[in-house]
Amino acid sequence: MSDRPSPPPGTDQEVVAFRVAEQDFCVDIMAVREIRGWTQATILPHAPTYVKGVINLRGAVVPVLDLSARLGLGALDPGPRHVIIIAMIDGQTVGLLADVVSDILSVSSDRLQPVPDIASEAAKTYITGVIATEERMIRKIDLERVLPPLQRVAA
Amino acid sequence: MTVTVLAVDDSRTMRNLLDAALSEAGFDVRFAEDGAEGLKCLSEAAPDVVITDINMPRLDGFGFIETVRRDHGNRALPILVLTTESGTELKARARDAGATGWIVKPFDEEKLIAAIERVTAA
Amino acid sequence: MTQSSNDIRESFFQECEDLLETLGEGLRRLDHEGEDIDTVHAVFRAVHSIKGGAGAFGLDALVAFAHRFETALDEVRAGRLARDVAAMRLFHRAGDHLGDMVAAARAGSGPDDGETARLQAELEALIGEPAEDEDEAEAGAGAAFEPMTLDLPALAAPEAGATRYTITFAPEAALYSSGNDPVLVFRALARLGALSAQADIDAVPPLEDLDWREARLRWTLTLVTEEPEEVIREVFEFVEGNCALDISREADEGAPPEAPAGLEVTPELDDFLGAHEADGERASDPAPEVAPVPADDSAPPARPTGQVPGQGGAEAGTRTSATIRVNLDRVDRLINLVGELVIKEAMLSQSISQAGLPAESDVSSGLDGLKQLAGEIQEGVMAIRAQPVKSMFQRMFRIVRETAEISGKRVRLVTQGEHAEVDKTVIERLVDPLTHMIRNAIDHGLEAPQARAAAGKPEEGTLILSASHRSGRVMIDVSDDGAGIDRARVQAAAERKGLVAPGADLAPAEIDNLLFAPGFSSKEEVSNLSGRGVGLDVVKSEIQSLGGRVSITSERGEGTTFSISLPLTLAVLEGMVAEVAGQTIVVPITAVQETLQPAKAGLHAVGRTGRVVESRGELVPIIDLGLAFGYRGPLERLDGHVLLLVETDANRRCALVVDHIHDQRQVVIKSLEDNYGRVAGVAAATILGDGRIALIIDPDEIASTSAGAEPAPEDIPLAAAE
Repeated sequence: MSDRPSPPPGTDQEVVAFRVAEQDFCVDIMAVREIRGWTQATILPHAPTYVKGVINLRGAVVPVLDLSARLGLGALDPGPRHVIIIAMIDGQTVGLLADVVSDILSVSSDRLQPVPDIASEAAKTYITGVIATEERMIRKIDLERVLPPLQRVAA
Repeated sequence: MTVTVLAVDDSRTMRNLLDAALSEAGFDVRFAEDGAEGLKCLSEAAPDVVITDINMPRLDGFGFIETVRRDHGNRALPILVLTTESGTELKARARDAGATGWIVKPFDEEKLIAAIERVTAA
Repeated sequence: MTQSSNDIRESFFQECEDLLETLGEGLRRLDHEGEDIDTVHAVFRAVHSIKGGAGAFGLDALVAFAHRFETALDEVRAGRLARDVAAMRLFHRAGDHLGDMVAAARAGSGPDDGETARLQAELEALIGEPAEDEDEAEAGAGAAFEPMTLDLPALAAPEAGATRYTITFAPEAALYSSGNDPVLVFRALARLGALSAQADIDAVPPLEDLDWREARLRWTLTLVTEEPEEVIREVFEFVEGNCALDISREADEGAPPEAPAGLEVTPELDDFLGAHEADGERASDPAPEVAPVPADDSAPPARPTGQVPGQGGAEAGTRTSATIRVNLDRVDRLINLVGELVIKEAMLSQSISQAGLPAESDVSSGLDGLKQLAGEIQEGVMAIRAQPVKSMFQRMFRIVRETAEISGKRVRLVTQGEHAEVDKTVIERLVDPLTHMIRNAIDHGLEAPQARAAAGKPEEGTLILSASHRSGRVMIDVSDDGAGIDRARVQAAAERKGLVAPGADLAPAEIDNLLFAPGFSSKEEVSNLSGRGVGLDVVKSEIQSLGGRVSITSERGEGTTFSISLPLTLAVLEGMVAEVAGQTIVVPITAVQETLQPAKAGLHAVGRTGRVVESRGELVPIIDLGLAFGYRGPLERLDGHVLLLVETDANRRCALVVDHIHDQRQVVIKSLEDNYGRVAGVAAATILGDGRIALIIDPDEIASTSAGAEPAPEDIPLAAAE
């Protein structure tokens, strides 16, 4: 269940950058299927707080995760201004709730730095590295770890 | 010229196997599920060679060959009998019925095609 | 259309299923009916075809076993072997085992060698000869063109260098009338080496005496080849019995390879062999002394290609099979898409009604047409997954046979309505529960032969397995003509096990239903048949997980019937759509017994938050779905809410609190597990007309996981006291 092999140093990699709770994050663009506006999710009983519920994505039942809550930054109160990033991880489709998608960046992999020690435990668990640009620091999210662990079903 | 083979067998598996082997080799393969249907297909399919099973419902292989030879008066059509029996008795019976030759199941493709070539001008 | 060898292999196993079914049916017919040679033939052919296919895939053990079986059946077919009870029993067992071997081969596992050997020995003993001609067993070895065993002197061909053979070949008339052709024989020989041939026309009478039915032409052939004599013999394999043949080897290896004096090639041979095969060696042969033989009518056969009928051969390909095989994934994808279509249609009609268009508008009537079409497509697509229950029923004959044998009872299984169709998945998942119910009926339902005789019944018990369609569902009944349920004993046993309060006043149906209670087993000793650690409670929950229900009717002395009612498909479900704390949920209609208004129902508080409702003289625990699902805190009052009385596992009931009921409709079942996982209390999800997802609840799970619902009704005060 390891991350896909990291590309050789210097290779460019495209990521989708977005903001959650005033912080910048990004995910590998290869995992992103689409970005859509917030739609009311159906609440799942007994779900962890960061699971906002499930939405209908062209007939498929897709869970929506609140990244902010997952990363320990406080739960979002989603509204029409929020977006859902639809990502595919290991054949599993999930929606990631974000404030706004900011950019699609081309990053050379040698710019990906280890997570600094000052980050919170929760952040360290779900972040594989950081990309520093002039004005901000973008945290790269490990999608596999973000998924609710118990709900993964054996194929 | 494409050689047309009429395969008469009640077993779907056997028909599939014949189809796979013969179509691949460029034969035009037609099928019938028993002797009675085989007889019906004869004039339309106009095969260059017939491969027939022995044990079939309605009309078995022996009956089929006898009808072709006797009632249809077609003594020249090469008819190969497909048989799992390697015993001489069945071959003798097949020959008495008018079979041209036989193919012992399980066949491999080469032997099957060799048998057809042996009895046709192909 | 060629298929990959894997496809063909798979198609072989599928065909085996059909053949095994034919075999089983045929054997049963032979059990009950008199001499029927057609059935014997059909049974023989089934085994024979399995053997034939198995040989093609190198399944040697299967070939060997099928061969023994087939030989025994052939003896019956030929009237040399009596079809007595012992023989039939052996045939049934052999048929069962053949099925096991096919299944093992399909799964790629090894067969049970012990049982194979045992049955093989029994079959041989029945045939009355020890492992007969072993050359049959080689059928699995991939031998094609099995060389005929000829009594040839072991002539070892010289390893190196060519040998000259002299062959005299005199075809008989039968050779010509069996589609054989000397020319083809010559052509094959010419491929082996340098061939020269001389026609011997001495025996050909003058034309006026010629009888076309006789073959008078003979040939003397000389072949110089490096191939051994067997290979030459093989060329004559097909004509061996229809000709006089002599092959002799010339000792003189030093002889020059050219044709010996006096040997000539007939012009017709030259023609047929064609220049490329003539090898140039026979070049300057003089013309024959005699003109080519006048028409021995049958001699050079006309190629049948000359018989092409005048009119179009387009219809010539006669593939009679009117079915196609489709990957199940494709069907399921189609079912999903149709589900989408139905949902889209519902969404469209909702927005149209919101737009306030008049009911008679073109849009509305167009939508109605669309709705109907979508419904029909849905039905049609679902029908693709439907299969007759026949295959499942057929499997039960073996269960009956084996169970009867072990329990020492005599049982006849009768099947009815086996063409009723149900979703493939339903059928697959029903096999185990049905097997268990059949065993149970034989083990517990039917009496021993002596007891039956004493009760004035035939010693052989009858078990009826029937299927029928009833109001959009499939009913499957298992009926026995046994002793019926001894309710006093059942109740006593249930009391002993603490399942009911001592002396409880129970209706007959309630007592019968105790059989489904977890941990109930009415036999004092656990039988080695229906025991096996599985009770009828498991059967019931299996059936419920399929959206089915099971019920019992029983008449003392007359017998017992278990009735299973199942949905036709697992892709849609009839549900009651309700609202709970702003969330829309769907309750499977099969679970809902009735709806109650709390204001009118007799509610009782139990403990601090517990409530029960009186229904049919029973206190039923109330579960607020909003609370159970964490949508809201405890409700102060139930007024204005609705109670759904649902029947749960083990025949307990509970009342689910919802805020209000929208309607009742068919919903498309969507998996929650594909992208998320299982959620306690939730069976699946569906998509409503507004495009939102609604959860389909699992009443059983809710009842069993929610506090207050665990105890049986009479225990409620205790539970509330804590």
